[in-house]
Amino acid sequence: MKLGFSQADEHFRQECADWLNGQMAGEFRDIKGITKLTGSPERRKEWEKQLAAHRWSCIGWPEQWGGRNATLAEQVIFAEEYARAGVPGRVNHIGIELAGPTILTFGTEEQKQRFLPGIAAGETIFCQGFSEPNAGSDLAGVRTKGRLEDGEWVVNGQKIWTSLAHISDWIFVVTRTEEGSQGPRGLTFLMMPIDQPGIEIRGIRQINGDAEFNETFFTDARCPADSYIGGVGEGWKIAMGLLAFERGVSTLGQQMGFRNELDEIVAAAKANGAANDPLIRQRIARAEIGLRLMRYGALRMLSNTDHSRMDGAALTYKIQWATWRRDLGELGMDVLGQAGEVTAHRDYEWDTLPNLFLFSRADTIYGGTNQIQRNLIAERGLGLPREPRWTA
Amino acid sequence: MEFAFTDEQQMIAETARAFFAENATSARTRAAMEHDGIDVVLWRDFCVELGFSGIAIPESAGGAGLGLVELAILAEAAGAHVAALPMLGSLMLAAQAIAAGGSAAQRTAWLSGLLSGETIAAFVEDAMLEVRDGKLTGGSGFVAHGAQAELFVVTDGSGAWLVRRDAESVFVTPQMTMDQTRPLAEVRFDGASTEALAAPAEGLAAANRAALVGLAAEALGGAQASLERTADYARERVQFGRPIGSFQAYKHRLADMMVEIEQARSAVYWAACAVDEGSEEAPLALHAAKSFAADTAFRCAADMIQLHGGIGFTWEHDAHLFFKRARSIQTLLGKGDWHREKIATMILGEAA
Repeated sequence: MKLGFSQADEHFRQECADWLNGQMAGEFRDIKGITKLTGSPERRKEWEKQLAAHRWSCIGWPEQWGGRNATLAEQVIFAEEYARAGVPGRVNHIGIELAGPTILTFGTEEQKQRFLPGIAAGETIFCQGFSEPNAGSDLAGVRTKGRLEDGEWVVNGQKIWTSLAHISDWIFVVTRTEEGSQGPRGLTFLMMPIDQPGIEIRGIRQINGDAEFNETFFTDARCPADSYIGGVGEGWKIAMGLLAFERGVSTLGQQMGFRNELDEIVAAAKANGAANDPLIRQRIARAEIGLRLMRYGALRMLSNTDHSRMDGAALTYKIQWATWRRDLGELGMDVLGQAGEVTAHRDYEWDTLPNLFLFSRADTIYGGTNQIQRNLIAERGLGLPREPRWTA
Repeated sequence: MEFAFTDEQQMIAETARAFFAENATSARTRAAMEHDGIDVVLWRDFCVELGFSGIAIPESAGGAGLGLVELAILAEAAGAHVAALPMLGSLMLAAQAIAAGGSAAQRTAWLSGLLSGETIAAFVEDAMLEVRDGKLTGGSGFVAHGAQAELFVVTDGSGAWLVRRDAESVFVTPQMTMDQTRPLAEVRFDGASTEALAAPAEGLAAANRAALVGLAAEALGGAQASLERTADYARERVQFGRPIGSFQAYKHRLADMMVEIEQARSAVYWAACAVDEGSEEAPLALHAAKSFAADTAFRCAADMIQLHGGIGFTWEHDAHLFFKRARSIQTLLGKGDWHREKIATMILGEAA
C-alpha cells in the first residue's frame, strides 16, 4: 500500500504542468480562471484546438486516433495539473470523455473514421441527449421517437438538461425506435448533427442566473440510416456502457477545483475574522478532512485493478463529493455573512463563493440524485431488495 | 497508483479476520466482560500462535518490522468483533513507547514479555504529575485495562516513566466501566519508584501515532460490522409482508452508513501509510483518521440499535457492545472536536 505516484509519473506531471502553465501565462491567459461552463465559448473552442495541436486533447485514447495511450495514472495526473493550472473546464468534455470512448468501444470502423478525428481535433463538439421531461432518474422512460423513413432516421420529441447544446455540433440521442416498446427495450442510440431545421434549442435559466443547460426539441429531425451506435434496439446497452465511462479519471482533477474553492473560503475567513469563530473552525476542519478523504477514496478506486467489481469507494463516490460540495457552499455563505447576499456585478452574476452556494444545489441532483445513489449503494453494495423497475 | 493492500497485507487481513471470527465470539467476549475484560486465551493465541503482537515493532526489538498499515489491519479485524484484548495499552502504547524510546536495557527487560502477552501494560496520562527524586505522585481515574496491568507507562505529556504494578505506593482500583471489553481503572502513585524512559519524546510520539491509527482502525472494524449485521437483519426481518430492507427509509440509512464507512476506511489507511512513509501529511492524517473513524463507528453502532428496533436495545443482542466501544473510542486520546481544532490551527493559525 502506497500513497504516491511513481517517479516516471512525477516526471510526466512536470511535463503537463509546464505546458499548461505556459499556455495560461501566454496565448490563452484570457481564459485562465474562468469557472463557469458558459464563459467565453469561442475562445474555449480555440483552446480545444490548441490542446489537440499539442496532442493533449484526449491522452487516454489510442495513438492511432490522436491520443497518447496514457495510463490511468497519467490521465489522473493530467486532470490534476489541468485544474491546478486554472484552466477552465473542457467545452468538449462530452465528446472526449463520453462520445469518443463510446464510439471506440461500440462503433464500426467507418464510424470511428467519421467521428473520432473531429472530436480529437477539437472541431466536433458533442452534447448528450438522454434526459427528458418524463425520463429523469427513470432514464428508461424515454419517449422521443425515431423511425426509419426513406433511408433516414426521423426523430420527434424533446430532451432536457442538454449541457452546452447551444455551442455543440452533434448530439447523441437515445430514441424509442420500436413502436409500443417500454422501458429499456426498443431504444436506439443515434448520432445527430445539431445544425438542421428539425432541432431547436432553448436555454434554461438556472438558480444562479446562468444557462448552461438547454431544452432540445426534435421536430422531424433527421440523420442518415447508419447513424446508430451498436445495433438498432440496443440503445440501452450503449447508454449504460457510456455512463460507466463517466466516473473515475476526471474526479481527481475535479478535486483540484474543490481545493481552490476551499482555499477561497479559508482566505475569506481569515480576512473577515470568521477564522476566530470556533464553530467555523470546526466546519473548515471537517471540510479539509472531507476533501482529503475524497482524494484517498479516489486513489483507492483507481488503484483497484479489478474493474469487474464495483468496490465500496467507487460506489459511494458520487454522493460523497456532491454532498461535501453542497456543504461547502453553505459554509462559504456562513463565512461571508451578508456580504455573500449581494453582488457588485450586473445581470445577477456572482463571485465564486455565492455562485458555489447556488450551483452546488445541482451537484446532488445531476448524474444520479443522492436518493438514487442511496438506492444503488443499498442494492449493489449491501444486497438489499431492489426498487421497482422496468424489466429488461 | 498502489493505494491498495499488497498480497502480503491481504494475507494478513484474511488470517486476522478468520481468527477473530472463529475465536472472538460473542459468548467468549461476554465471559471476559463478566471477568476482567480480557479474553486471556484469545490474547495468548493472538500474541504467540499467530505472532501478531510484534507486527509494528522493529525486528531489532524482537518484532516483525512491519508498519502501521499492518497494525491497522489487525486492529480493524479485532474491532469488528469488539474483541476483549489489551491491544491499546500493551501494544499500541506501551510496547511502541518502549521500542522507540527505551534504552537497550528497558527494551530487553520489557518487550519480550509484552509481545508474548505474559506482561500486560497500561498507559497513564496525568498532566499534573509530580516527579521528585525519581518518585512519582499523581495518576488517573481512567486507565484502560489498568487493573490487569503489571507495568505502567506514565506520562505528563513530555516526560515518560515506567512504573511496576508491584512497586510500593502504587494503588489500583478497578472502575465499573460502561465498555466492559476495555474496563478502566483508577491508578494512583504516591511517591512511587520509577525509572525514566530513555528517550521520552521519541517513545511518546511512536505511541501516539500507533494508538491513533490503531483506535481509528478498531473503530472502522466496528462500524463495518455494525453495517453488515444490520444489513443481514434487514434482509431477514419481515414486516408488512416484506423484508424491512426493501423500505427506502431503511435502505437509505444503511447506504448513508456505507458512505461514512468508506471515507473512514480511506482515512485509516491514509494515516497509516502517511506515518509509514514518513509523509509530511502524517500529523493531519492522524487527527483526521481518529476523529472521523470514531464518529463513524458511533453513528453506525447507534444506527444498528435503531434499525434493529426493540431487540437492539437488549443486553442479549451485541449491538450495545459496538455502541459502548464506539463511545469510548470517541473520548480516548482526544475527542473529535479537539482533533479538528488541531487541523483548524494548521489551516487558519491559532484563533485570536
